[in-house]
Amino acid sequence: CVMGNDWMALSPCSKRNGFEYPDLSQHNNHMAKVLTPEMYANLRDKETSSGFGVDDVIQTGVDNPGHPFIMTVGCVAGDEETYEVFKDLLDPIIEDRHGGYKPTDKHKTDLNPENLQGGDDLDPNYVLSSRVRTGRSIRGFCLPPHCSRGERRAIENLAVEGLSSLEGEFKGKYYALKNMTEEEQQQLIDDHFLFDKPVSPLLLASGMARDWPDARGIWHNDDKTFLVWVNEEDHLRVISMQKGGNMREVFTRFCTGLTKIESLFKEKGHEFMWNEHLGYVLTCPSNLGTGLRGGVHVKLPNLSKHQSFGEILKKLRLQKRGTGGVDTAAVGGTFDISNADRLGFSEVELVQMVVDGVKLLVEMEKRLEAGQSIDDLMPEQK
Amino acid sequence: MASTFTRMLSSRNTAALVATLGAGTLASGYLLSESGISAADKKKLYPPSADYPDLRKHNNCMASALTPAIYSHLRDKETPNNWTLDQCIQTGVDNPGHPFIKTVGMVAGDEESYEVFADIFNPVIKDRHNGYDPKIMKHPTDLDSSKITSGVFDDKYVLSSRVRTGRSIRGLMLPPACTRAERREVERVAVQALAGLKGDLSGRYYSLTDMTEKEQQQLIDQHFLFDKPVSPLLTASGMARDWPDARGIWHNNEKTFLIWINEEDHTRVISMEKGGNMKRVFDRFCRGLKEVERLIHERGWEFMWNEHLGYILTCPSNLGTGLRAGVHVRLPLLSKDPRFSKILDNLRLQKRGTGGVDTAAVGDVFDISNLDRLGMSEVELVQIVIDGVHYLIDCEKKLEKGQDIKVPAPIAQFRK
Repeated sequence: CVMGNDWMALSPCSKRNGFEYPDLSQHNNHMAKVLTPEMYANLRDKETSSGFGVDDVIQTGVDNPGHPFIMTVGCVAGDEETYEVFKDLLDPIIEDRHGGYKPTDKHKTDLNPENLQGGDDLDPNYVLSSRVRTGRSIRGFCLPPHCSRGERRAIENLAVEGLSSLEGEFKGKYYALKNMTEEEQQQLIDDHFLFDKPVSPLLLASGMARDWPDARGIWHNDDKTFLVWVNEEDHLRVISMQKGGNMREVFTRFCTGLTKIESLFKEKGHEFMWNEHLGYVLTCPSNLGTGLRGGVHVKLPNLSKHQSFGEILKKLRLQKRGTGGVDTAAVGGTFDISNADRLGFSEVELVQMVVDGVKLLVEMEKRLEAGQSIDDLMPEQK
Repeated sequence: MASTFTRMLSSRNTAALVATLGAGTLASGYLLSESGISAADKKKLYPPSADYPDLRKHNNCMASALTPAIYSHLRDKETPNNWTLDQCIQTGVDNPGHPFIKTVGMVAGDEESYEVFADIFNPVIKDRHNGYDPKIMKHPTDLDSSKITSGVFDDKYVLSSRVRTGRSIRGLMLPPACTRAERREVERVAVQALAGLKGDLSGRYYSLTDMTEKEQQQLIDQHFLFDKPVSPLLTASGMARDWPDARGIWHNNEKTFLIWINEEDHTRVISMEKGGNMKRVFDRFCRGLKEVERLIHERGWEFMWNEHLGYILTCPSNLGTGLRAGVHVRLPLLSKDPRFSKILDNLRLQKRGTGGVDTAAVGDVFDISNLDRLGMSEVELVQIVIDGVHYLIDCEKKLEKGQDIKVPAPIAQFRK
């Protein structure tokens, strides 16, 4: 036995508040902004029923200080309960990240594509492709940062079972990552469907890449317009996409497919994680609510050089990315333009913003091409 | 009411689902909390067979040894610090290895891991350490450097000499598992002890968090600085959490005695200098180590050690002495001889590039060091390196003169 310094109790689980608090002095993420030593001390002895503790929630944010210009979230959920047990930490983060969304606010879900106006006539000379994605978590299972191999495999089985019963335009096939042939892999890469083992330290530090590629896979329909990722950053990521500017068709397929999948799960006694405050519950707090990112690849070589481009996007509640997705740069004046919000607006509302916003951006692009001014087209803040 | 019903239905169907995965008998009437399944109930719901990792594409010591039966027996055990088997093996599951390079594939989270999970650690140790059986064999510790003979090499061939080992502080969890508070405690204990070193060993601590740009560049230039690990073998084990908190480098004023704090182990201790005086390097190594041990004893701390496994470190490959003694040596002719690898094998030596593990040799200069760690003492291993390197230099000289060389007989492993 060790006769150590008596101020350091050597019982196995002894942790001392003052000495456990992470050094966040170099950090720029939502977690670091919110987590005071007092809050940490209060949360330190809590854990969810499945054993997810505050250190698990924040590890990714401690390990990844962030960037002076890009504010990452810096925490993840290990199960549905995380958002309840650690609400003292997560509520302010959610409020900051989601435009002032309060702990008492209610989130509206609307997956009725009939409620979308227009959206079928974005100019395909400019809008190269349209896509809508979201995520879904299966209630009763731990989330990717925390799930066991057994749980992850159960999720895969449920997903594959459900998806295999889809018919018509949704009839398709599952490709398990670990069983994939070279040929299948190349095809999926060519289709831009394959997802890789994450390399981003943001994701790795959360523990979601454990046991890769066990129980991970990709399902897509024969037409290659509806795609489901299994056990990547969330239990399920659901994607509807096609070339051209018919966002209405993409969104209709999205809603129809999602609704079918949800009812298939319900038949087997499973439901998605959802509540009326947070909407759909996902691993990263940034994806709460709709979890929806609806966007287009659009050519805006002139507009993107305009001094007001950033401001216009902000007013339209849109966000630009490179065509490689998050954290990539635009190539040849072609941008990925999508909704900036996730929570506090319904799916229909968000896709409406994209449709209306992109229509305006294309009109502006055409004006600038013709050497005309766009001053009269400047939008109001949405 | 409806939602409770759905949850019950959900769990029953989950059970049915799990049963199809080959579950066997499940406990009936399990409880669900309002918001989720408890960790304890999860264990009942998912039998070990549901969690057994898919190791079919794996080539590491853990994968070779971990049968479903062993996994089943150990899955629900925990060390007194609540460290589990899954946590030990995660790095080996995540890193299948390479057909040519057999990695270990598991780590310890605390001293007790080697005991609680002995059923998997023992075969892994046996595999990695040439048949060493921790259940019956004893490991000799010997840090009496006066026993070394012929410990000085020809400077024309040997550019530098170095001995390193690791030490863990008993009572604190190891890098894959430690909390921030424990890691900071390791730093405090080590730095306090090192502050007591005197004479040629007296020196200074550079904390990674507080380092200035200038200090950092200086340490890089001297090849002292260690970086945040990027190797997936290391990051998957969890040892890089909270970087660079409580990490640092201590070295003496002469820059010949160096301690790394909280990198892959609690402490890594290094003695090094330019040239071929391995005897002096090892003298300083032993003297420094003993002095540090004395200083931590004064404050009631000790190193993790037992008579079967010797010094306890994070990776089973470093058990025993944790010692790697080596030289950077020029062997332009010998390295091109087809018998080079066999000679090294028989001398129980290993070659690496001069950047350390997993690097290639540059300009005919090789890092030559002992292969073994466990089952032989520090003195024995350093003597093996000394005798071996003398032999290699001898071969090089012979080839220079156009004479032939001989492959030596293999030397014995473990003491008789």
